Amino acid sequence: MSRLNEENLRLARQILSLYPKKKSAMIPLLHLSQEQNGMVTNEAMEHIAELVEVTPAEVLGTCSFYEMFKRHPVGEYQINICHGISCHLLGAEEVLEHAEESLGVREGEITKDGKFSFEGVECIAACTEAPCLQVNYRYINKVNLDAFNELITDLRNDQKAEIPKHGTLAKTRQKIPSEKLAGPSGVEDATPPEWLQRNKESQ
Amino acid sequence: MNFPLITTSRWDVEDGHTLEGYLRTGGYKGLRRALEMAPDQVHEEVKKASLLGRGGAGFPAGIKWGFLPPDVWPRYLVVNGDESEPGTYKDRILIERDPHQLIEGCVIACFALGLSQCFLYVRGEMAHGQERIASALNEAYKHGYVGKNILGTEFSVDVVLHWGAGAYIVGEETALIESLEGNRGMPRLKPPYFPASIGLYGKPTIVNNVETLSNIPWIIEHGGDAFAEIGAEKSTGTRIFAVSGHVKNPGVFEVEFGITTFRDLIMGEDYAGGIRDGNALKAFIPGGASAPWFFEEHLDTPLEKTIVDNEGSMLGSGAIVVMDETTDIVKACHNVVRFFSRESCGKCTPCREGTNWLEKILDRILNGHGRPEDIDLLLDVCDNISPGITWPPKQTTICPLGPSAVSPISSALQRYRSEFDAYIALNRATPVTVEGRTV
Repeated sequence: MSRLNEENLRLARQILSLYPKKKSAMIPLLHLSQEQNGMVTNEAMEHIAELVEVTPAEVLGTCSFYEMFKRHPVGEYQINICHGISCHLLGAEEVLEHAEESLGVREGEITKDGKFSFEGVECIAACTEAPCLQVNYRYINKVNLDAFNELITDLRNDQKAEIPKHGTLAKTRQKIPSEKLAGPSGVEDATPPEWLQRNKESQ
Repeated sequence: MNFPLITTSRWDVEDGHTLEGYLRTGGYKGLRRALEMAPDQVHEEVKKASLLGRGGAGFPAGIKWGFLPPDVWPRYLVVNGDESEPGTYKDRILIERDPHQLIEGCVIACFALGLSQCFLYVRGEMAHGQERIASALNEAYKHGYVGKNILGTEFSVDVVLHWGAGAYIVGEETALIESLEGNRGMPRLKPPYFPASIGLYGKPTIVNNVETLSNIPWIIEHGGDAFAEIGAEKSTGTRIFAVSGHVKNPGVFEVEFGITTFRDLIMGEDYAGGIRDGNALKAFIPGGASAPWFFEEHLDTPLEKTIVDNEGSMLGSGAIVVMDETTDIVKACHNVVRFFSRESCGKCTPCREGTNWLEKILDRILNGHGRPEDIDLLLDVCDNISPGITWPPKQTTICPLGPSAVSPISSALQRYRSEFDAYIALNRATPVTVEGRTV
């Protein structure tokens, strides 16, 4: 069930074809599985291991290093409240405390309706918009406590169509038409690109 | 103050991120020009520009490019778009508002150096940035600016968008390569110091920052000499700085490199507009969380690499974080140290254990449970990570993350030790817990 479905398997094969070595596709494929299931499951990691031709343990090794991959369920809306230095200076701790009180859960827990979970995260590169947060990696700038409440109400009433469910990152993918693809050169292919040789000859 | 906007010229153009908007505002001219030149000549222009890397270390890009061993293929370009240094906010805007400029820079670099493939690594959390780059790449492929037979020539190269997944350390170039190979993002042992000799898949690899590459189209269109005329002698061109924290008008500004001062940027009406509420300045971070802090007396220092280095800090990633007189220095220091402690990859013991202990000791001090000997203990742990606590820092670790955790502590103690002492003087009784319950 939580192996990659047919559509995602097709996407996975496309992603794999762009890299000189299959293992490089590991992180993109983990994202793909998280998009499908909202988290990364053991079955998905086993499937990815087959696809990139490594052991499931190696996939777990990579997966567990990166903050964004969740191996446990999170809320439909994962709220990442920035507490980097710029946001800290402008009230991030109050936003975090408020989130805990108003949602009635602690950092890392999920609300009973399954809608929300939140955590304090490190700098998310919106320092001039402090304090800021992300909902499923979509930015909300200059958050005060009222704005936070409003955001939660909107999300509860499904008023934020632009924010996809947890796991979906970019809604646009890179698509290279086959006739336009220069093609990855093999790692063992030690010849300089043809165009370069001919360019030198013409000089 | 009279200089052209080089990297941020399209930030106010509503459709500057689309191919149409990009072409209308002079886009892809640099690439056309490059294709009329020999690859070596293109490289030569970048050398003439003396473009310093904009990621943090500030190494000249043209010289870095020159480290590629001749006649070894395949060779790769990896774009470092893993912007995560606290206070840094420039690469994300460049990615979101002017993705074609970055792509053009990548393609020109691939042409200049005869590279086989380019991987554009965008930080995982930047979903919108990934969408913008993906749309821009799709357009660029369709219209022949990337891929097979670029602009009808024989020159062909693919640019592949790659997503990260959340790890600060991946901004270190060898860790970035490890991550791109599908591994845990841990820095590689040096030497080799530059992945130009042994990089991605063990092959020669150039790793450049997003802002660095975004300068390339302008340099090729207008020439390296024209670029070198802007700014100071050794810090050429323009540079983007983000000013955040306790200022009236936080913002991201492109300024002439090496000439503008911290005072201009922090206090200037055209820039951050001064400290909020008429407060006094307490301290500021001049170049991202890794940089030692500056104070009032450094305000007139120009934003010039060598001068800032000599004054004991760095311009790093162009992130200026301002703290006013209301700032609790111990809390701010704890905040930055906690960052490095959380983001330590765990490879080197002094960093993995040291940053963790620094955070715990600061926690204890903040809670009023500090001990008088804690200040010496902090400095002792710092000394184990960065012997002598000097600038530039020595390190007992593979990469500079560990020593970066030392900067906020040495800076805060140097100027505001009394605030640490005041917390320690609270001398609250240390709670005793039995099986997790306070007794």
